[in-house]
Amino acid sequence: MQLESMYQEIILDHYRDPHGRGLREPFEGESHQVNPTCGDEVTVRVHLDDGVVQDVSYEGLGCSISQASQSVMHDLVVGKPVPAALAVGDDFLFLIQSKGDQAVADSLEESLEDAVAFVGVGRYPARVKCALLGWMALKDALGQVRIVQTGGHHE
Amino acid sequence: MSLDTAVTGSALGSNRLDVEAIRKDFPILERRLADDRPLVYLDSANTSQKPRQVLDTLRNHYERHNANVARAVHQLGEEATAAFEAARDTLAAFVKAPSRDEIIFTRGVTEGLNLVANVLAWADPPYGVGPGDEVVITEMEHHSNIVPWQLLTQRTGATLRWFGITDEGRLDLSNLDDLITERTKVVSLVHVSNMLGTINPVAEIARRAHEVGALVVLDAAQAVPQLPYDVTATGADLIGFTGHKMLGPTGIGVLWGRRDLLAALPPFHGGGEMIEDVRMERSTYAPPPHRFEAGTPPIAQAIGLGAAADYLSALGMQAVAAHEREITAYALERLQAVPGVKIIGPQTIQDRGGAISFTFGSLHPHDIGQVLDSYGIAVRGGHHCAKPVHRRFGVGASTRASGYLYTTTAEIDALADGLEQVRRFFGVG
Repeated sequence: MQLESMYQEIILDHYRDPHGRGLREPFEGESHQVNPTCGDEVTVRVHLDDGVVQDVSYEGLGCSISQASQSVMHDLVVGKPVPAALAVGDDFLFLIQSKGDQAVADSLEESLEDAVAFVGVGRYPARVKCALLGWMALKDALGQVRIVQTGGHHE
Repeated sequence: MSLDTAVTGSALGSNRLDVEAIRKDFPILERRLADDRPLVYLDSANTSQKPRQVLDTLRNHYERHNANVARAVHQLGEEATAAFEAARDTLAAFVKAPSRDEIIFTRGVTEGLNLVANVLAWADPPYGVGPGDEVVITEMEHHSNIVPWQLLTQRTGATLRWFGITDEGRLDLSNLDDLITERTKVVSLVHVSNMLGTINPVAEIARRAHEVGALVVLDAAQAVPQLPYDVTATGADLIGFTGHKMLGPTGIGVLWGRRDLLAALPPFHGGGEMIEDVRMERSTYAPPPHRFEAGTPPIAQAIGLGAAADYLSALGMQAVAAHEREITAYALERLQAVPGVKIIGPQTIQDRGGAISFTFGSLHPHDIGQVLDSYGIAVRGGHHCAKPVHRRFGVGASTRASGYLYTTTAEIDALADGLEQVRRFFGVG
């Protein structure tokens, strides 16, 4: 059945038992994103130390795809230097935009690990934004920290 | 089938729809979806399906009569103009408008409401809205009956106020006399809510509004398709409705307005067809309705909407409304029996239209809709362009089922069964 191609078991596991959910302190960057078509929203906070992502915390309203995507994002990004975190985000975007191309998923397995399970979401255009909402917030939050740290006195 | 066979029993209003015969007029209802699933279409409040009679009318217009209207002396131009203006007559009769000149063709309710909100900014006294004036709306409005009034009041220095909603999903009219006062210039509200299903007591509100000299505007997008409609009985001054929710094409709607009021209002868009005379320095304008119909109108769409109104009239709007009540009552009962389903809005058929919005445990409407879709069941999930009313009930989104004259009780059963499959699929609820 087609449905399982999107709702892979890994996604449902993350949805039922999300990793790292909730907003925490300290944080240096925060972003709130909404999906105007369905009203879903998410707030993502990032805590950095010495250029490395120490924590990604998040809270919001959304479907299983968006919730699971944020849980996977937490797992993938925490512990990575900022450029590597942004690169993972680019890979995830590429995966989702591949329209369900399994070859793309296979090529990104090393970078995205469990998150390659989201490949099927790309076949459902109405759900692409669900998968990307948290990642957009992450990119925005990381961008804020960089602006503050290059323009301010943090370093 | 002929239209006559779709109506059984007496032709005097107590008739019932022959739904199986009606369904044969809708080719799309025979569609098999992916995995050979039959279509269960429960998204008619979003847009209705179209019968063959409307589709044939569109095709016939383009194949045989296509020309611009009111600008051509050739035969096709005359035929197109005659058909376009005949559609105006049909729509006037359909909503019992006292005059055909009160029927303005628009692109839909959204354009109709924006038209009103704009021209009231420019209108002379007593209709013009300015600093110190107030516009009253309600918390259960579609965004198209909120944002135009926000724009109007922000641009003119007027104040926007609104009625709240009771826990049952009715308008809270306890402060009617405090909200609608001598300062009120416009009261604009939805006749039948697209989210809660509530049928609002518009005549009562219109009475109070007229006591203080305010204009009453109705969003009748969900009302005109389902109820026998009499514009003057509502007490309103201006009423918008849309074609695609009443079996007609997209891109066409109607703004009805009281003739003397329309005659006193300034134009909305400037362009062809809305003028009387144009000189380089200034222009004079055509009388209503053409004053408000600048540019080439949606000609085929208007003619198609006329065919849709003819189809509905042949069935009888009493019968259409009775069928909606029957289906809605059945759906309320079936959905209330599904554990975890919580209907937002009136729980009984009393003063209620056919849109049923609900939450289902902690599941998100996207997920519910996706699994239902895998069984061929089309519902709407999201905020239905009514975010404030969702916020009022503490939810970000809901799932909405809505039927029409072709909806069967078996389709409601499919929805209730489908929700059990949703619960099984996610293992939560």
